Amino acid sequence: MATAAKIGIGSAINRVDGVEKVTGTARYAAEHPVENLLYGYIVEAAITKGRVLSIDEDAARAVPGVVEVITHRNRPHVAWTDRSYQDEMKIPGSPFRPLYDDRIHFSQQPIALVMAETFEAARYAASLIEVAYEAEAHNTDFDVALDEKYVPKKKRSGYTPPKNRGDAAQAFADAPLTVAGDYRLAPEHHNPMEMFGSTVEWHGDGSITVWDKTQGSQGVHAYLASVFGFSKKKVRVLNPYVGGAFGSGLRPQHQVFLAVLAAKMLERSVRVTMTRQQMFSHAYRPQAVQSIALGAETTGKLTAIRNAATTSTSRYEDNMENVVTWGLMNYDCPNADAEYTVAQIDTPTSADMRAPGAATGMTLFEMAIDEMAYAAKVDPLEFRLINYSPIDAMNGTPYTSKALREAFREGAEAFKWSERSAEPRSMREGNELIGWGCATGMWDAQFSKTSASAKLSANGHLEVACATSDIGTGSYTVMTLVAADTLGLPPEQITAKLGDSDLPAAPVEGGSWGAASSGAAVQLACQAVGKKLLKAAGKIAGEPLGGAKIDDVLFEDGCIVLKDTPTVRVPFGDAMRAADLTEIEEEATAAPGLRDMWKGLHKSKNTHSAIFAEVRVDEELGVVRVTRIVDAVAAGRIINPKTARSQILGGVVMGIGMALHEETFPDHRLGRWMNHNFAEYHVPVHADIHDIQVIFVDEPDPEVTPLGVKGLGEIGIVGTAAAIANAIYHATGKRVRSLPITIDKILE
Amino acid sequence: MNRFDYARPASVAEAVQAGTGEQVRYLAGGTNLIDLMKENVDRPTTVIDINRLPLNVIEELDGGGLRLGALVPNSDTAWDARVEQRYPLLSSAILAGASPQLRNAATNGGNLNQRTRCYYFYDVATPCNKRKPGSGCGAIGGVNRIHAILGASDQCIATHPSDMCVALAVLDAIVQVTGPEGDRAIPIADYHRLPGDEPWRDNTLRPGELVTGIDLPAEDFTKNYTYLKLRDRLSYAFALVSIAVAMRIEGSTIAEARVALGGVAHKPWRSTEAEKLLKGQQPSPQTFGAFADALLAGAVGQGKNDFKIPLARKGIVRALKQAAEATPQSQTDKRIA
Repeated sequence: MATAAKIGIGSAINRVDGVEKVTGTARYAAEHPVENLLYGYIVEAAITKGRVLSIDEDAARAVPGVVEVITHRNRPHVAWTDRSYQDEMKIPGSPFRPLYDDRIHFSQQPIALVMAETFEAARYAASLIEVAYEAEAHNTDFDVALDEKYVPKKKRSGYTPPKNRGDAAQAFADAPLTVAGDYRLAPEHHNPMEMFGSTVEWHGDGSITVWDKTQGSQGVHAYLASVFGFSKKKVRVLNPYVGGAFGSGLRPQHQVFLAVLAAKMLERSVRVTMTRQQMFSHAYRPQAVQSIALGAETTGKLTAIRNAATTSTSRYEDNMENVVTWGLMNYDCPNADAEYTVAQIDTPTSADMRAPGAATGMTLFEMAIDEMAYAAKVDPLEFRLINYSPIDAMNGTPYTSKALREAFREGAEAFKWSERSAEPRSMREGNELIGWGCATGMWDAQFSKTSASAKLSANGHLEVACATSDIGTGSYTVMTLVAADTLGLPPEQITAKLGDSDLPAAPVEGGSWGAASSGAAVQLACQAVGKKLLKAAGKIAGEPLGGAKIDDVLFEDGCIVLKDTPTVRVPFGDAMRAADLTEIEEEATAAPGLRDMWKGLHKSKNTHSAIFAEVRVDEELGVVRVTRIVDAVAAGRIINPKTARSQILGGVVMGIGMALHEETFPDHRLGRWMNHNFAEYHVPVHADIHDIQVIFVDEPDPEVTPLGVKGLGEIGIVGTAAAIANAIYHATGKRVRSLPITIDKILE
Repeated sequence: MNRFDYARPASVAEAVQAGTGEQVRYLAGGTNLIDLMKENVDRPTTVIDINRLPLNVIEELDGGGLRLGALVPNSDTAWDARVEQRYPLLSSAILAGASPQLRNAATNGGNLNQRTRCYYFYDVATPCNKRKPGSGCGAIGGVNRIHAILGASDQCIATHPSDMCVALAVLDAIVQVTGPEGDRAIPIADYHRLPGDEPWRDNTLRPGELVTGIDLPAEDFTKNYTYLKLRDRLSYAFALVSIAVAMRIEGSTIAEARVALGGVAHKPWRSTEAEKLLKGQQPSPQTFGAFADALLAGAVGQGKNDFKIPLARKGIVRALKQAAEATPQSQTDKRIA
């Protein structure tokens, strides 16, 4: 019997939810049709700090269609302890509580919610609300806040304190070659395509169904139960489709709180959505300054690394990121120290944004490394190889795998790095100076406890389910491919379900752990189904499989096949009929430490990348074009090369934005972000994107996670902006140490 | 968005009749007005939808010019064969702006009347004399990266964001308007105004007046021209500085040169006085530089936009070179010629 090529792990297939997405049948949080809906519009604070003295609602209430104006004065009871508001991200401090009291903590803070029969009526009425404030002095200037930077007492979970080694201060003082400077990153806002929105269906029996834009349905579920005192059974949260999030949906955002608050108060189904302008009222990537001092021998061997960074947080929570550890881990250098502090400004708490910490700290570090390479007169790629550390140099532990050297080699070859002319300003064409730069990227290869179920029907259809999310990353397709691989079924016979708090438990989707975690759980559940099938096959008269054990068989084309005698095949349906089964359903949990699931428990687990960038800079006008990027990624086993490539492309594009475009401008007098719209907050557009080549370096790693998968959501952005910044230096001879590198900085 | 009355007249006369009154707005493509209404920056009590008026054609004018109907979409104008052949500068400027989707919806009349992109104008929680007279100017001393370096006042430092209008300024276009007091023809140089003490007035239209068309005089700037736009990303961003140049070269000397700047003032910035410096000269970096200095005379930075002055100077020199060498800036290949 001829069989089609098996589709499974490693097959490049289209995303299984692609048709729904491009035809518009995939419904996002604010699109679910619910009868008799009320619409909410959020009124935001016009001042940055102080108190609400009074709210004149009369004109708003007089607008036809307006049902209620909800403020801190008339809201229903909500939980009052900080603990009740803690979410999965567990940022130490006192989480923001919308409409809790008269205090204003940041500009654009929600201070009222207008509920009306139409969105338009609510929005218009909201514009009529007059608020009297008592303003207090505020500060949104990070540079001013730096004077009071500090090390938070309570550390955020996931935060890794840097470990010093040797005597970096002395080594720096003694080094024949040094580089030292402050490197900066502007505040950025996530701005996913889909705005935050929630639809709450009020069932009338005290239960609610919430369609929410979130990266974790179960995180929101727990939060809503805790904050509003719902029994967990009375709340269901769904997020089957998420139009991007980049970390802004890791924590429950205030629209879901407000939507449920309104539903509870009015006992009606409601929808609350943010406008694009209101997308600047919450999460943002912290502003950062990193003081980096490097010392090296004249040969280019690093002798000292000093890496101190400060990032912005709010007055009420200490958001911490792993900013300074990357450089210490990645480079072989006997002396290294680091320090990480935060500084408070009167904004919402900064938040995780694609590769939090690394996108900042590794990128800025890689800009300094480039300077050191030039100081040593060593090719920047060669410099990285001279100081290559095969082990985690900060912790002294081996990696489960680190194919960065291969990434450098394959990337350099594809880029033709060897044809580079070393001197800055030495390559040009017409009015344009050409520059080539490179950088290293790094991220964690994480794996979190996750459960999944698999249900096989007698007709051969398999459904796999897990409460993970697909924020555009390809989770549906990953689950499908893993299931196809494990049970030997074609993807068309498999349905993946996710984005539902009722499904088997999964963490919020972030940190690039989704594929490794839900993939492992789906594989386990499918393996359990396989065992049941084999057992069922034992009931077939004559025992065609002859009492084979699970290791003696494989699953192929919907059949159990004897490995040694592949002509012996038992269709799943035959096995199930023999055992009188209409379906087989199994649930399984994958977690580090469970059985032998995480062999590399005491090793460092990371993804790496080598990024090469070509820029062309108009010599007189300072206009930059990023004409070529090669990103060679070492990320273990690749489940779906097609969506994996898309992940990296997206990360690289975002890295181009970090290098050249993204910056939110605060007016410190008003304490307010001023370019809070898509016309003036710039992300790359098509014209900014040229050739991007993605290479996946072969990196078998059976230890890192059960499937050998490392995750790809973030690695694409890390270091990309450094490669571009370094290329700009190579092109122009001008070193710009603050991102984004806008035209004014080049012309300066 | 506030509640408003809506009318959709079938004739220009009806539209003008309906258009009298304080808070009346004409609605064409809506690419700017609707945004302003959503954000409560503009709260008209009456919106007159003029999309059914017969102002959607491009016509030949006696004497060899063209009349661009006010309701012709920007895209249709840019890609019109007559415009492309006879006014390639205008096509180029239009295509330098916005996105294809916006250009498909936006009209010629609307392009003239679009409002500034000043951050403060768009945010009703902040002061802005243009939006709310007497409330102050937030941009002065604030976030003013995109603001004016020429012709600003202590009341307002906003810029006019159009690309198309910069080309129109160079082409000496005439804006045809009609209103309660009849028809008027306004030279483009007099159409937009500087902010002065009345920054809420973007242009010299009188209450109730409606733009019906834009006349392009017969000119031959089909060889030596360019529209060079410098911005914060390579497409879909408003100009930090843009430069429109139309030039006639006879033999090896410049017989005539016209230059207008976008993104630097409350209106397209042009100086016929400075242009005299180019007339009769050989194209050279020195000549172009002297002209740039003259055109930028009196330029003042506001802090965060100081870079615009040297950027404009370099941009002017480059654009003049592009025009003189008949190598106009491509709007698809973003490499600067």
